[in-house]
Amino acid sequence: MNDYSITELESIAKKLRRHVITMISAAGSGHPGGSLSAADIVTALYFKVLRHNPADPHWSDRDRFVLSKGHAAPILYAALAESGYFPIEWLSRLRKTDSCLQGHTDSNMTPGVDASAGSLGQGLSIGIGMAIAAKLDGKSYHTFVLLGDGECDEGQVWEAALAGPNLKVDNLTAVVDYNKLQLDGFTKDIMNLEPFIEKWKSFKWNVIEIDGHNMAQIVETLLKARNNQDNPTVIIAHTIKGKGVSFMENNVDFHGRAPNKEETEQALKELA
Amino acid sequence: MSNYKDLSPREAYGKILTELGEINPDIVVLDADLSRSTMTKYFAQAYPGRFIQCGLTEQNMIGIAAGLASCGKIPFASTFAVFASSRCFDQLRMSVAQPNLNVKIVATHGGISVGEDGASHQAIEDIGMYCLLPNFKVIVPADAIETIEVIKAAVFIKGPFYIRLGRPRVPALYSESYKFKLGIADVLTNGSDATIIATGIMVAKAMAAAENLAGSGINCRVLNMSTIKPVDKNAIIAAAGETGAIVTVEEHLLHGGLGSIVAQILSFNYPVPLESIGLNDIYCKSGKPEELLDLYGLNSIEIENAVKRVINRKGKKTYTKLQ
Repeated sequence: MNDYSITELESIAKKLRRHVITMISAAGSGHPGGSLSAADIVTALYFKVLRHNPADPHWSDRDRFVLSKGHAAPILYAALAESGYFPIEWLSRLRKTDSCLQGHTDSNMTPGVDASAGSLGQGLSIGIGMAIAAKLDGKSYHTFVLLGDGECDEGQVWEAALAGPNLKVDNLTAVVDYNKLQLDGFTKDIMNLEPFIEKWKSFKWNVIEIDGHNMAQIVETLLKARNNQDNPTVIIAHTIKGKGVSFMENNVDFHGRAPNKEETEQALKELA
Repeated sequence: MSNYKDLSPREAYGKILTELGEINPDIVVLDADLSRSTMTKYFAQAYPGRFIQCGLTEQNMIGIAAGLASCGKIPFASTFAVFASSRCFDQLRMSVAQPNLNVKIVATHGGISVGEDGASHQAIEDIGMYCLLPNFKVIVPADAIETIEVIKAAVFIKGPFYIRLGRPRVPALYSESYKFKLGIADVLTNGSDATIIATGIMVAKAMAAAENLAGSGINCRVLNMSTIKPVDKNAIIAAAGETGAIVTVEEHLLHGGLGSIVAQILSFNYPVPLESIGLNDIYCKSGKPEELLDLYGLNSIEIENAVKRVINRKGKKTYTKLQ
């Protein structure tokens, strides 16, 4: 575990957000909103919570991280690059044909990516499989899965939600990036998830609700979840889509659109 | 091992999986509430700690298998062929095929020989669907002994496999000395008048047809094309060159299955007259397996007729019959 202070982690999160903006801007396409909402959670994982070794991406005892909301790939790539999995310069080649940084995560192409994703709803099941493998092998690694809220419309998420406690994977933690927006609008209007907390509770998960932009709370909760020894844990992280860039915050337009030149400059100024 | 020959392929699957599970601790078995039919129940009884009951969550089961495989396990996931294909196709594509994970899908109750359960339970699209997925290997064993050999091969050869088994018992074609080779068609009988390329339970019917035809002076080569993907192109092209006419036989839709694959290889490489026996764009009824196979033309008489037709077409440049 790294010994970064909360202030240092906040500063890293800001740096990762800047990468997200420059990467997507250079690519000319991508999903800034969901990357920015997840930035603080991903920072806490890669720079404080996960046991991992960037020099050995396939280390068999590493904690696993499944980015189930695969369209948030830019924030993961930024975290991987800053952790040392690959050179920072690679980030400028996001979504290019000569690059290993795919539009959505690909475990065979990018060092440090534990699961391919992009078609939503599949990561929690994959995480359960990883958690079961840890138990079968007597290993102490923990599996973290990051889900989007819109993604929770998918039926497979609820198959996995049902299966997790049944299969007793207490070595698994899911985090829902509850930014309240999906492609077509607010989740409450498109397909209301509420009562969301109660749903997970009734499926027998340990449910913890946090502010997904409060770094101290994120770190404390993730560390607590990894030491939990009962049912699997789900952390419902209340977040803001586009967090950190004023004109992207709560703006559905930036779910899946790259910022233009002026917008990029403005965003980077705000994230300086 | 000696008693495997008389088992149904799915019984043989359940037994060999349990034997292999003793040797290889990385084998993990998943089922979706059908272990008493897929016969993974034997493994579940022997190794409860390595058996994952997924309930009726096929999509979730495929994802769990993918997660296990990414951590070095060799997951065998079983359910009926209908549920192992169309029910979870996106999970197979996104979570297994694209990352090229070492997941083995062994589906039972393939084809219309499921019988009385009817169209909802008769997988007739599964082979085509799996053949569409890059990285997947697709195998349809012809009897219990071949099933055993295929399962052993799947443990040792890395990458995603789809293995389709049927529900009923089938006549034993092979003795215990048989060795399955991935991607290599097995020549069961030789002949120079035409070649019958069959897969799964239709191989035994192709053999019966070839025997009858031999009685009337028509000598056929019979190929057991148990590996549908990667298909044995060399065997198909050699059959075209050496016998000049081909009949394909499968318990599956004509489109997307063995017949389509053989047609493509012939037209690319060595066009000869081809007749295909399979299901022509239809769903089938409930009934006894053998009655259904007769009703939909999947029997040795239809194979014999197709062989006669295809031989009659040899050397003719214009054809009027539309298939």
